[in-house]
Amino acid sequence: MRIGDQKNFWSGVMFLVLGLAFAGFAQNYDMGTAQRMGPAYFPTVLGGLLAALGLVIAIKAMRNTEPGGDVERFHFGPLLIVLGAVTLFGALLRPAGLVIALLVLIGMSAYASHEFRLREIVPLAAFLVLLVLAVFVWGLGLVIPMWPAFMMR
Amino acid sequence: MDLLNNLALGLATALTLHNLAYCFAGVLIGTLIGVLPGLGPVATLAMLLPFTYSLPPVSALIMLAGIYYGAQYGGSTTAILVNLPGESSSVVTCLDGYQMARRGRAGAALGIAAIGSFIAGSVATLLIAAFALPLVELAFKFGPAEYFSLMVLGLIGAVVLASGNLIKAIAMIVLGLLLGLVGTDVNSGVARFAFDIPELTDGIGFVAVAMGVFAFAEIVTNVEKHERREVFIDKVRNLWPTARDLKDSAGAITRGTLLGSLLGILPGGGALLASFASYSVEKKLAGTKASPPFGQGNIRGVAGPESANNAGAQTSFIPMLTLGIPSNAVMALMIGAMTIHNIQPGPQVMSSNPALFWGLIASMWVGNLMLVVLNLPLIGMWLLLLKVPYKWLYPAIMTFCCIGAYSLSNNAFDVYVTAVFGAVGYVFYKLDCEPAPLILGFILGPMMEENLRRALLLSRGDATVFFTRPLSLALLLMAAALVVLVALPAIRSKREEAFQEGD
Repeated sequence: MRIGDQKNFWSGVMFLVLGLAFAGFAQNYDMGTAQRMGPAYFPTVLGGLLAALGLVIAIKAMRNTEPGGDVERFHFGPLLIVLGAVTLFGALLRPAGLVIALLVLIGMSAYASHEFRLREIVPLAAFLVLLVLAVFVWGLGLVIPMWPAFMMR
Repeated sequence: MDLLNNLALGLATALTLHNLAYCFAGVLIGTLIGVLPGLGPVATLAMLLPFTYSLPPVSALIMLAGIYYGAQYGGSTTAILVNLPGESSSVVTCLDGYQMARRGRAGAALGIAAIGSFIAGSVATLLIAAFALPLVELAFKFGPAEYFSLMVLGLIGAVVLASGNLIKAIAMIVLGLLLGLVGTDVNSGVARFAFDIPELTDGIGFVAVAMGVFAFAEIVTNVEKHERREVFIDKVRNLWPTARDLKDSAGAITRGTLLGSLLGILPGGGALLASFASYSVEKKLAGTKASPPFGQGNIRGVAGPESANNAGAQTSFIPMLTLGIPSNAVMALMIGAMTIHNIQPGPQVMSSNPALFWGLIASMWVGNLMLVVLNLPLIGMWLLLLKVPYKWLYPAIMTFCCIGAYSLSNNAFDVYVTAVFGAVGYVFYKLDCEPAPLILGFILGPMMEENLRRALLLSRGDATVFFTRPLSLALLLMAAALVVLVALPAIRSKREEAFQEGD
């Protein structure tokens, strides 16, 4: 028999696992007493509660055998490209400077779209970089290195 | 007349040239982003919050509030013109607003939405001013036990009144509470769940979480869809509704304002519930005699919900300002903004920062006036913006988010956190888990723990303290009653029916 309500089943599993993880990790800290709670007290209670809620959600979903609650397909491509672009931006900002980090961010994230056209993205990127420089660096005085460290000397 | 004095102080603060400029900027940016598709008010606020750090607190909050109701208004514009609700509270505006637009009456629909919103906003501003004092006085009677119970009520109320699966929403709250506990425990100095990452000892930044879960997750899900939008942009003429339109909608505006103001004050209320409730009321009242029928371009179906959502948006500031309890995700962000500016949210804000408190309230009225003045003549510009394709838009959103995240503490770590929560938010989206309750829990987590600890310390570990103190008991009973009410089959089907209206 296949579980019909896949979405809720996996939500329940997620909550159960996260609840147990929080409650489990909290055991590294001092529990204390109800009167003088240690740092472990509240997370343990909440983690237990979350795990219990997750269990209830999963069990309720398992009882439901009518199809229709399937999880939509995960599109890892756009997810990885978009979030990868964000991560690269963070990693590049210090060593390579704002301009290069922004170009990578904009170019890479735009590539995630189905309608990516290089000749549209180049002017868009140029416009956004200039806008950011005008508003944040010259306007609001944000302290971010603009160019790679070796060029600044 | 305390009320008048207070409002005078508020107006004096809001009408300084400086604050007027920030209010204007907020309303303008808010409308602009509200009109642009694919970015809701929570994501907008999260994106722009870091850039208000350098402002004085009053100006920052005035601007953020302006962004909020500007985005709200912009959302209605797209609802009417493109049949695309800029955010959930304008879902019902699509029903009749878009139909009016298709019949060549887009101008009247936009006009009545602006007029209704302004009237509702003005009434709600007065209500906030009137309710603030008694609520603050009540709040000063609260001890830690009452605060804890109040937060329970607020969180439960927030999910009961929202749409979706109740128990999943409660689980999201608890997860939010847990995530809020990451970082150094104030009582013992222990760094909880920090895994030896120095940045995590300060806790996870709520802006980074909100950006990731709302903005980035939204972008990823939008990008993977092959979506074609049919933009309905004929000439928008005759922005002023006719005398008959005004007469037809006067009742709807009045009812919408009252209903919205009332529902906005409730924990978990606010714009969404208000607009849905108002639409059902108008539809019921009109019955079968309505011409044109509801759903086919009846102006009352625009006037009522639009007034209600603006009134609700505004009165939802009441619990936030007086008790420090957010009733929805937007208010949670406002609380976060206050904390960043070193203002401890709660009843003491009114006495310790009267200029900020009343200035913010007065600025809402000023901002609403600006919205009317701004939107009716500028509608042509908003129409142009609607034509900007999403593939150009989202790289810009990401640029602003990334720079905002970095500037939180001039550290790339917050950028990584937004990426992680973007992935988390994507999973939530796929599993139909509403992220708004998570943000509420996240903001309230540390406060709840603190009050729980204090309450049990004072009672020497006796947990019955929450039930023996009458105020606390009353609050908990209200929370329990809400859960029971929603669990009742009759009401449950009504609740589902109400939220299905817009689908």
